[in-house]
Amino acid sequence: MTDRKLSYAGAFNEAVRQAMEADGNVFAAGEDIGAFGGVFGTYAGLQATFGVDRVVDTPISEQAIVGLGIGAAVTGLRPIVDLMFMDFVCVAMDQIVNQAAKLKYMFGGSATLPLTITTAAGAGLSAAAQHSQSLEALLCHIPGLKVVYPSNPYDMKGLMTACIREDNPTVMIKHKRLLGMNGIVPEENYEIALGAAHIARSGKDVTVIAYGRMLNESLTAAKTLAADGIECEVVDLRTLQPLDTASIVASVKRTNHVVVVHEAVRFGGLGAEIAAQIQEEAFDYLDAPVMRVAAPFSPVPFSPALEQHYVPDALSIATGIRAVLERSPVGR
Amino acid sequence: MAEAPPLRFRVPEPLARPGEQPDFSYVQISDPGAVQRPDVAAASAELRDLSYSLICVLGDDGVAVGQWAPEIRAEALIVGLRAMMTTRAYDARMLRAQRQGKTSFYIASTGEEAIAVGQALELGQRDMFFPTYRQQGWLVARGWPLVQMMCQVFSNEQDRLRGRQMPIMYSAKDVGFFSISGNLGTQYIQAVGWAMASAIKGDTAIASGVVGEGATAEADFHHALTFASTYDAPVILNVVNNQWAISSFQGIAGGEGPSFAARAIGYGIPGLRVDGNDYLAVVAATRWAAERARSNHGPTVIEWVTYRAAAHSTSDDPSKYRPKDEWKSWPLGDPIDRLQRHLIASGAWSHEQHADLHADIERLVLEAAKEAESYGTLLDGRVASSKSIFDDVFEVMPPHLRRQQRELEG
Repeated sequence: MTDRKLSYAGAFNEAVRQAMEADGNVFAAGEDIGAFGGVFGTYAGLQATFGVDRVVDTPISEQAIVGLGIGAAVTGLRPIVDLMFMDFVCVAMDQIVNQAAKLKYMFGGSATLPLTITTAAGAGLSAAAQHSQSLEALLCHIPGLKVVYPSNPYDMKGLMTACIREDNPTVMIKHKRLLGMNGIVPEENYEIALGAAHIARSGKDVTVIAYGRMLNESLTAAKTLAADGIECEVVDLRTLQPLDTASIVASVKRTNHVVVVHEAVRFGGLGAEIAAQIQEEAFDYLDAPVMRVAAPFSPVPFSPALEQHYVPDALSIATGIRAVLERSPVGR
Repeated sequence: MAEAPPLRFRVPEPLARPGEQPDFSYVQISDPGAVQRPDVAAASAELRDLSYSLICVLGDDGVAVGQWAPEIRAEALIVGLRAMMTTRAYDARMLRAQRQGKTSFYIASTGEEAIAVGQALELGQRDMFFPTYRQQGWLVARGWPLVQMMCQVFSNEQDRLRGRQMPIMYSAKDVGFFSISGNLGTQYIQAVGWAMASAIKGDTAIASGVVGEGATAEADFHHALTFASTYDAPVILNVVNNQWAISSFQGIAGGEGPSFAARAIGYGIPGLRVDGNDYLAVVAATRWAAERARSNHGPTVIEWVTYRAAAHSTSDDPSKYRPKDEWKSWPLGDPIDRLQRHLIASGAWSHEQHADLHADIERLVLEAAKEAESYGTLLDGRVASSKSIFDDVFEVMPPHLRRQQRELEG
C-alpha cells in the first residue's frame, strides 16, 4: 500500500477510469462530462482516453439520460450516467423510481440492471434552493435502488468501484463540498462492500451516525468532545440503502446513546428511519431518546451567512451530543 | 444476403476545439431583407420556410431593408441601444464584483442583449416574461432599478429576496418578469399556463417564455409546445440559440439537423428563425408573434440565432472546450455595434453621442454599484436575519416551523 494522496473527485475519477480499462462494457454518459470533464471535474480526462462514444456528452435531458442508462444496462452493458446536481434527480424521477428500481421485479427477475447513477449533492457552495438539496431519503424509500454516499476519498474509490460492479441500479452521491478533500487512496483497484457501515472512530459514551460531509463534521465534533472526556463512536454509514442496521445496533448496545446527523431536512429524513429501527431493535439499551441533528424545514438559502445557519456543523453536532448525554439518567 | 455491418452511433462534435480556428460555416444565414413577412393570421402550414431562413433586417451598412424592417422611431431605438449598453456595463461591473469576492456567482449576457431588451420594449406592460438566467436586459430596459438588481447579486440587507435566491435569478412582478429557475426549461410550460389563464380570464395580456437551445432537450420544451399547440395559447416561445450550453455545442442538442425553429413545425406552430443580434429583427419578429397571439391566432416559436460571448457563468472555463476569442468570428456581429451603425447611418446618432452615452452609463452603473455596496456585499455578511429562513416556506408559518424558528434563536 502506498501513501499516494488523491482528492475525493480524483478518487471517483480513478474508480471510473480503472473500471473502464478493465471492462469494455463500462461507459459513461451525462451533460458536460466529455471535453469539459463534468462541471465538477469528476470526469476529467476520461473522454480523451476512452473516446467520445464511451464518455458521451448528452443533451440536457435528465429523464433521457437515465432512460438511456436503463436501456443500455438491460443489454448487459454497465452504464454510468451522471445527473449533474442531485436536484435534477427530480427531473428523472419517473425513470429512476418507476423504471430502474422496478424492472427486475416487474420482468419476473429476468432483467438485470448494472446501472450506476452519479450525482452531486449538498449545500455549502451558495448554490441556493434548486442546486443544494440532499434528497437521499427520497431514493432510499424506493425498493430496488441502492444508495451510496462516501465521506472521504478512500471510500469514494472503493464504493464507486463496487457500484459499477453491482448488478442492481445504484445511486452514487458525491458531496460537492468534499470534492477537493484529499486523502490516501491506493493506486491499485479495490472495492468496499455495499451495505456495510464503518466505525470511523471508536468510543464508549455515545454513537454518532452520519454519512457524506456530515461524517467529517461529526468526527470534528467527536475530537472536540474528547477534550472534555466524552468518547464518541462515529459510525459512517457509507451505504444508505441497504442500511447496515446490525452495525448500528451493535454500536448502540455499546454506548446506549445515539445522535443521527444529516444535512437533509430533519422531517422524514434518514434519521427518522434510523431512530425507528434503533427503538425496534435496541429500545432496552437506550438511556435517552435518539437525537437527530439535521437541517431546518425550509429550502436551502443562497446567502453564505444564512446557509451557515442552515447546515449542521461540528458545533451543532457537539451541542446535540451534549444534549443527549444530559438527558440521560445515567449520564455517560 | 450480405452480412450487415456492425452498428454505430454518432456523437456530434463541434467544428473547432481549443487551439483551432473558429468555424461558423454551419450557421445558415439569409441576406438582409430576403425573407418575406407573412400576415400574422397566416396558417402555420404556409410558414414552414420561416423555420429554415434567417429573418434579418440590418445589412452591413446599417441600413434596414425588407418587409421585416419595423416601423419604429429613432428615439425608441436609442432607448433600446441605451438599455443594451447599460446591460453590458452592468454585467461587466458585476463580473468585476464577483472577482473581488463581493458575490459568489454571476452570469453575463454579453452578445445576447438585443433579445431581452427588444422583447421588453416591444411587448406590453401587462404581458408576462418567463426568462432564463441571461435575460437581465429585460429588467434594465423596463427601468427596474440597477441598485435592486445589485443588492440581490450582493445578497445584502436590502436584497428583496432576503438571501434566498441565486445572485442572478431575479424576479420582478411589477415589470412582468417571472422568477428565474435554476433548473432548465421549467418555465416554458408555465408560460403556456399563464397565457391560457389570461385567456380564461378574458384578459388581453400574453406571455413570452424563454429556453436556451440546450434546454430544448428537456421534456418541458416539448410539453410546452404540445399544450400551446393544442390550446392555441397566446404565447411566444423563444429559443435563444447562443450555440453553447455550458460546454455542449448546439449539435449536442440536435442542432446539426433541422433548425430549432423547425421543432415547431411538427406541433403545427409557426417557427421563426431570426437574427438575434439584429435589434430591428428582434423588434419585428416579436411584434409579429405578439400580434398573432393577441389576435387569437395562437403561439409562435422564435429561434434567436446569437452567440454566447461570455462564459456560461463565473464557474465555467470555456477555454477547455471552445477556441479562445471564438466570438470575434461570429458572423452575426455584435448587437450594440449593429444598432449603433444603423442609427448613425440613418442620421439619428453620432459617434460623439455614442461616446457620451457610454460615459454616462458607466457613471450611472458605478454610482448604482457604490450605493448597493453601501448596503453590504458577501465580503461583510450584512444579510437578512437567520430567523427569516423560515419565512415564506408556507403562506402562513405552521406551528412546527415556528418552533424551529424559536430554537434557532436559542
